[in-house]
Amino acid sequence: MAECGRADSSSTTHTMDKSITLPPDEIFRNLENAKRFAIDIGGSLTKLAYYSTVQHKVAKVRSFDHLGDPLYEISEQEEVTARLHFIKFENAYIETCLDFIRDHLVNTGTKVIKATGGGAHKFKELIERKLGLKVDKEDEMTCLIRGCNFVLRNIPHEAFVYAKHADSEFRFQTTHPDIFPYLLVNIGSGVSIVKVESEDKFERIGGSSIGGGTFWGLGALLTKTKRFDELLQLASKGQHASVDMLVRDIYGGSYGSLGLTGDLIASSFGKSATADKGFSKEDMAKSLLHMISNDIGQLACLYAKLHNLSRVYFGGFFIRGHPVTMHTITYSINFFTKGEVQALFLRHEGYLGAIGAFLKGAEEDNPNQYSWGENYAGSSGLMSVSPEMNPMQRARSGTFDMLEMDRLERQLVNLPLLQDPSSYIPDTMDLTEDALAREYWLSCFEEALDGVVKRAVASQPDIPEAIERSEKFRQKYRHKLQTLRQQPFAYGSLTVRSLLDTREHCLNEFNFPDPYSKIKQRENDMALRYYQKAVKSLEQLSWEQRQFALVRGVLAGNVFDWGAKAVSDSLRPALLLQGPPHKCALFFVDNSGVDIILGVMPFVRELLSRGTEVVLASNSGPALNDVTNGELQILTERIAAMDPVIQAGLRDDRLTLVQSGSSSPCLDLSRLDKVLAMVVRERQTDLVIIEGMGRALHTNYYARLSCESLKTAVIKNSWLAERLGGKLFSVVFKYEVPPGKPSQEDSSAPSTPS
Amino acid sequence: MAHNGHQRGGDDDDAIDGDDETPTKQPRSDDELPASCRRSEPDGEAAAAGGRAPSDGRTSNSTARRRSDSVKKTRPPFPWFGMDIGGTLVKLVYFEPKDITAEEEQEEVENLKSIRRYLTSNTAYGTTGIRDVHLELQDLTLCGRTGTLHFIRFPTHDLPAFLQMGRSKHFSSLHTTLCATGGGAYKFESDFRTMADLQLHKLDELDCLIRGVLYIDSVVSRGPSECYYFENPTDPDRCVQRPYTLENPYPLLLVNIGSGVSILAVYSENNYKRVTGTSLGGGTFLGLCCLLTGCSTFEEALEMASQGESTRVDKLVRDIYGGDYERFGLPGWAVASSFGNMMSKEKRESVSKADLARATLVTITNNIGSITRMCALNENIERVVFVGNFLRVNTLSMKLLAYAMDYWSKGQLKALFLQHEGYFGAVGALLELLHPS
Repeated sequence: MAECGRADSSSTTHTMDKSITLPPDEIFRNLENAKRFAIDIGGSLTKLAYYSTVQHKVAKVRSFDHLGDPLYEISEQEEVTARLHFIKFENAYIETCLDFIRDHLVNTGTKVIKATGGGAHKFKELIERKLGLKVDKEDEMTCLIRGCNFVLRNIPHEAFVYAKHADSEFRFQTTHPDIFPYLLVNIGSGVSIVKVESEDKFERIGGSSIGGGTFWGLGALLTKTKRFDELLQLASKGQHASVDMLVRDIYGGSYGSLGLTGDLIASSFGKSATADKGFSKEDMAKSLLHMISNDIGQLACLYAKLHNLSRVYFGGFFIRGHPVTMHTITYSINFFTKGEVQALFLRHEGYLGAIGAFLKGAEEDNPNQYSWGENYAGSSGLMSVSPEMNPMQRARSGTFDMLEMDRLERQLVNLPLLQDPSSYIPDTMDLTEDALAREYWLSCFEEALDGVVKRAVASQPDIPEAIERSEKFRQKYRHKLQTLRQQPFAYGSLTVRSLLDTREHCLNEFNFPDPYSKIKQRENDMALRYYQKAVKSLEQLSWEQRQFALVRGVLAGNVFDWGAKAVSDSLRPALLLQGPPHKCALFFVDNSGVDIILGVMPFVRELLSRGTEVVLASNSGPALNDVTNGELQILTERIAAMDPVIQAGLRDDRLTLVQSGSSSPCLDLSRLDKVLAMVVRERQTDLVIIEGMGRALHTNYYARLSCESLKTAVIKNSWLAERLGGKLFSVVFKYEVPPGKPSQEDSSAPSTPS
Repeated sequence: MAHNGHQRGGDDDDAIDGDDETPTKQPRSDDELPASCRRSEPDGEAAAAGGRAPSDGRTSNSTARRRSDSVKKTRPPFPWFGMDIGGTLVKLVYFEPKDITAEEEQEEVENLKSIRRYLTSNTAYGTTGIRDVHLELQDLTLCGRTGTLHFIRFPTHDLPAFLQMGRSKHFSSLHTTLCATGGGAYKFESDFRTMADLQLHKLDELDCLIRGVLYIDSVVSRGPSECYYFENPTDPDRCVQRPYTLENPYPLLLVNIGSGVSILAVYSENNYKRVTGTSLGGGTFLGLCCLLTGCSTFEEALEMASQGESTRVDKLVRDIYGGDYERFGLPGWAVASSFGNMMSKEKRESVSKADLARATLVTITNNIGSITRMCALNENIERVVFVGNFLRVNTLSMKLLAYAMDYWSKGQLKALFLQHEGYFGAVGALLELLHPS
């Protein structure tokens, strides 16, 4: 009944084990800058949270005053960003951890530590003594809900559905823009059922005393097995039908008129009253597990129905990463709601209390005003605790699990032009479900690793220790890839985007903020020299020829001299710019160099000439050789100096440069800079152009927008080309008109040049 | 019903004091048009099967004899049985006619006589069969016949012995229809045929249950009220059992606690639905008690439970919060985690078997209470009738249910109980024999 009433079990004594040696700098990272602590002490696990500032290198570009070569200066500067650290470890390590923290805490101004969880009072004295901080207790349930709201809002793919027998057990849910209302069923030693209606409004609408404590306590009595994990192990191997009385034991078959099938449990433990022989531990544990899971599921359904709620999240130590209990709860919910309600689980469920307690203490910093992003480099990811599912896993004892979240500079929101934000899925291919594709891409990224390492070193030629860092990067990213091979669901759905983002996070982690900076600079320089020539030759073409050439230019990117005839044969791009001009076009750009300068800019020029306003959206931070907003600012100025059309566009505010809010080679239209969204709305944008493999193919290929859109890319990967039914260097040119709007052209991709 | 043990009185060849042979002193009333068979008949005073009893449903002596062939024809031949074969127990109701005339007596075949004598002269059958004498309904008029309705139970696993007896007593020669409900009617149908040469008339258990409840409630007027509740359920000192008149019973939540639990919303005799059910029922209580304490019977388990203390086993709200969890209105005495204290080794070693039995009882009972309460809210029904053999001699659970309904609903819900707890399915089956629907 009481929510996370934690188990204070003999198996989780807090004997102080001094002999444990921690790999501290890998775990309590950035402790020297830490301020604001919170701690959530449960029955067996402690979750520590702190806020810290991280100093790391960022790449900056600065325009030179004089014209010439090179056109801008690149520098790597130290920048301070905010990061949230969450660490989970067994209670046995508390004292060692507190000692470590005390020894490494430099100049925190903090006087208090927020605490929650059933064990908070037990360790209060210890914490106060060790850290010299005053323990300030916070209500468990409030913390839990706060934490839940936070992860649901800030971590895409936080929630998932568990399907034991599917190709991928974890099916991640797209973040619904409106997370309320929902039901949280917290299964600690008892069960609490909480209805959450808004950030601050929640109510415990019910509960049950039959929970994790019942499984553990009763299970220990029946099987003489002491540990919760071992009980689950037993249960996963048992057969409940020998212990339970099934419908078929009573009816001989099914109870047809009620639709109750023969294998349903009519009476839990119903056979144990009459059996002559004893039962195996496994069978009893299994029967107990079914009994408790079904009971909780049934009550959850009754409450969900009464309050008319369809989103039901399950958490608490009974659930925490255990495939066995997630499966039985899922089964129960499915049975009792006839499939109408899905049981949802959370990747960071174990951290909710700590996150909530932390947020309570950080209210003056207004953490909810910012957007936060999971740092893949610093987070352990979802680990299944089932040994058969996770052969790679280290012994559970002594495992430290981490979650790091970066405060993003900008607040991220949906693109206002998404047709249905709640069903929008950025990624084209879910590698969690597609084993073949997963294998291909994981190998692909592994093979590319050497090149990335080389490039990283080359980007910092004057720094000797760059080689050492680059090796650390290699190790870390390789380890991530290995983890993902075993547990593709570790960070939500595995996608090409998540693989790319993880690589970027790892590069940043080891202070390689922009390995491509020099290459980009060189290519930009070079392409600028051809700009005027290119524009001139375009202007000499007939209108129709020019349209083809423009599209060709955009498509070509860095394969500039690519067969023109083929394009004109397979596409009729001219139609795009026929008819009345668009009010405003939003252009998500891709690469530096030829692509942006000789492909995109002439196209932009044409749009402006037609009277269409243009918003150029580029990355906020570097990713591969993609042009960043900083670089694009400089490039556009340079072009404006050469081109009166561009100059006028800038002057009259008809050409606007905005940041996307992203530092990824891919594009998530549900997490874009708030300013971008505002501009898009103000300018009544009626055309969206998305360019490049990362943005238009790996992501957004199936995205549906409420205005005309063009997704265009050249497939520079033969495997993918084949997958999509084309050939290498096939062209994707997907022009779509939303239903109800007059279509000018709807050609889909890929079209292969002959 | 196993035949291997001691029997008081023994079989039909045993000497019997003759009571049951004595023809009823009352005039035969088998020619009346009994309401239970012909409910439209105006002179039938007896209760309509399953309907409301306007008055005493027992023998009506005043009705004129109007023996007609048609009535005789519609009335099935004796013996009249109704049977409910559940997961744990077989419930049998037997109507013993007390108005047998001398002429009839002479005509009565030996086999029938022997069955009648056997059932009515004993209160225990074999080692496990029991007749609940305190429940029997005397002077009951059924289909124009007056007699006593007997209530008998035995474990389902002794069904083979019962069938053996039926065979040895040549039950099949009586050409009676055996109306049976419960899952066992399906499961053992072929056993009835092959072992005892008996053809079962199978009936739906929920139809029978509802029919039986409504009928029994309508015919009982003497003695303790069939339906009752607990007054002041939240105050142990003032908690007393009170009769309840089940007038205008609809809508009604009917919770049948047998081995498992079925919850029905009843809107009229013929309009009901099964809302849900739970596998945590009487079978779970007994099964877990057997495993935890080594006991082997329901009575033993209850006896132990009555001496135990569940708070040593369960973790209460106050064990976690030191008192009430005020923010959520949870009183300190509420159970936070059933068996929650058993997570600790020391506490596992300090509890008694009686404590474990008590905790099992409390856990199962409270859980049924919670699910019932949620169903009542979802179905918008305020009256709950609990039936089923889990409640037999189980005042502990009844009071707990009464308490839980009242406390958590803040007095909105009323828990009602019936004297004939587990026999309604069997009664419904008997009614089907007499008055096919």
